[in-house]
Amino acid sequence: MTRSNRRDTADIAAGIRRRVFLHTMRNNGGYLSQACSAAESLALLYNEVLHLGAPTLPPVPLPFAGVPSASNPDAFTGAGYHGPVAPEYDRFVVSPAHYALVIYSALIETGRMDEAALEHFNRDGSSVEMIGAEHSPGMEVTTGSLAQGLSMASGLAWARKRRGETGKVWVYMSDGEFQEGQTWECLAAMSHHRIDNIRVLVDVNRQQCDGAMGSVLDLGDLPARVAAFGASMRSVDGHDLDALREASGSAEPGKPLVILANTSPFQGMAFLQKRFPRLHYVRFKSAQEREEMQAAIAAELGLAPAGS
Amino acid sequence: MVDLVNRPYAGAFEAFASARPEVLCLSADLTSSCEVDGFRDRHPEQFLSLGMAEQNLLSFAGGLAMHGFRPFLHTFAVFLYRRPYDQLVNSVAYSNRKVRLMGFLPGITTPGGITHQAIEDIAVMRALPNMTVLETGDATEVETVLEVADAVDGPVYVRVLRGEVPRLFSTPFAFNRLRTLSEGGDVLVVTSGICTEEAMRAAEPLKARKIGVHHLHASTLKPFDRAGLLAAARGKKGVVTLENHVVNGGLGSLVAEILAEEGLGVPLRRLGLDDTFAHGASKPYLMQKYGLDALALCQAIGRLLGRDLDIGEAELSAVRLDTVHSAQKAEAL
Repeated sequence: MTRSNRRDTADIAAGIRRRVFLHTMRNNGGYLSQACSAAESLALLYNEVLHLGAPTLPPVPLPFAGVPSASNPDAFTGAGYHGPVAPEYDRFVVSPAHYALVIYSALIETGRMDEAALEHFNRDGSSVEMIGAEHSPGMEVTTGSLAQGLSMASGLAWARKRRGETGKVWVYMSDGEFQEGQTWECLAAMSHHRIDNIRVLVDVNRQQCDGAMGSVLDLGDLPARVAAFGASMRSVDGHDLDALREASGSAEPGKPLVILANTSPFQGMAFLQKRFPRLHYVRFKSAQEREEMQAAIAAELGLAPAGS
Repeated sequence: MVDLVNRPYAGAFEAFASARPEVLCLSADLTSSCEVDGFRDRHPEQFLSLGMAEQNLLSFAGGLAMHGFRPFLHTFAVFLYRRPYDQLVNSVAYSNRKVRLMGFLPGITTPGGITHQAIEDIAVMRALPNMTVLETGDATEVETVLEVADAVDGPVYVRVLRGEVPRLFSTPFAFNRLRTLSEGGDVLVVTSGICTEEAMRAAEPLKARKIGVHHLHASTLKPFDRAGLLAAARGKKGVVTLENHVVNGGLGSLVAEILAEEGLGVPLRRLGLDDTFAHGASKPYLMQKYGLDALALCQAIGRLLGRDLDIGEAELSAVRLDTVHSAQKAEAL
């Protein structure tokens, strides 16, 4: 991968955290812990790993153009921020659609979208939705109902392999999606059909809406389970860029690559530990709580302690 | 006597798909039951087995369609929408992907009971935006539905008949056009699927009693040939619908919607499963038990006209085609 003239990946990860944090404070709540866990993974993917062309959509996202249908030629997907579809380029499927703000921030930090895009976040009529769908920047499929992204990506990967294309299909997932049976159906199918042009990066933050996964529905030895389904499994520290980098290049012929990125839902924002295990969506119960968090996290992220 | 065609889908699909490399045959462990085992053996490069995993099947098909392939999904009708409905909505229908859902053993054509009988599928599929809904009623329609379905810009759900299928029609499946099987001035009868054959059985006894029956066969259920229906319904003393489906949400409901919207004020009787599940038994038994057959139709027409038509099983049996089906083992899933 060419990395000259690019920002350092660690800087981009820090930028993702800062941007999601500032936006969450400004909006009085949001999916904040996902930035903590996903920052390094998404920074590495967008900055080094994914082979993508220049964006084909405008720097500031278009308004929502209507739902897809045979009679709506204006409908578009947010994949344009990943560049054109071409045999040599990678495709990137984001499965946990509620990571949208983190994805938008990653697109901004890597120069694929203008920061003014976030002014449209969660605004009526905008494509920059809070829980993204296929028209949202960086999205190509509609995955708010979890665990469907991997199957769609597998079909896409099979199709690309059949066509002899060199580009890969990358998927970003959350570990909660391994509670859905469909994920295991898909792992079996990928293994059976030897779909080896797919690479899956999983945010194993062991958190879900109700709290810690261990208290909701424990996944046990997830690495062993994934490996047992026939994938090339790599379980790494999801905040260690070298480990992630090495794992991302370790695909084996005949097998899908699944990287379990073991992460912390408060990495870089230690103040969030106070809220454990309720981290899925951060809200503020009082102005005082908000101010405390603002000060503590801003300090940790190296931001000026200006108010909101 | 009506000809019976053995496994019309098998040959039709092979001829259709083998000429189109971008068509893929997807199967979910019911390959021979859906008559694509020969295709699998002779065209393995176009065949994908995804096993008993319908959630993945639907989403995987969405992914194939994202890259220019047109997957034809083969399994029992019931397994295409009940278990994987969320996948059908989010991975296929919302994105208007060209995924073709070939649903075998629709309604009570299977003795498999509640788990196997797709009796509310048309109601569900009609309610789903972007979805096109087709239903075959004879061997000719089974043979010619593939090109019709594949011409649709979006997902398509097809009720497919298998095994020994009567050949009722000599002209191919025409998209969104009602077939006129008889013309008459008293009653409009609208049927679909296997019920059309039943209505044809009733034709002679009704004619003998000088009842003018206008009979339309509907094979495109969404969209629907509104103009064709209205032209036939105007001036009639009543309309009767007969379908292999619950009366709520299917053919009867859509006819009711159109009649009401147009303010025709023609009395309507909807025949089908009357808000009930069925159970495991033979097709003729279930059709009689739940009033999906020629006798039920004659009785409904009699009630509508306020006449005792005095048509019994014996008279209908004389024109009954079911005896010809007896060689087929309904139990062979």
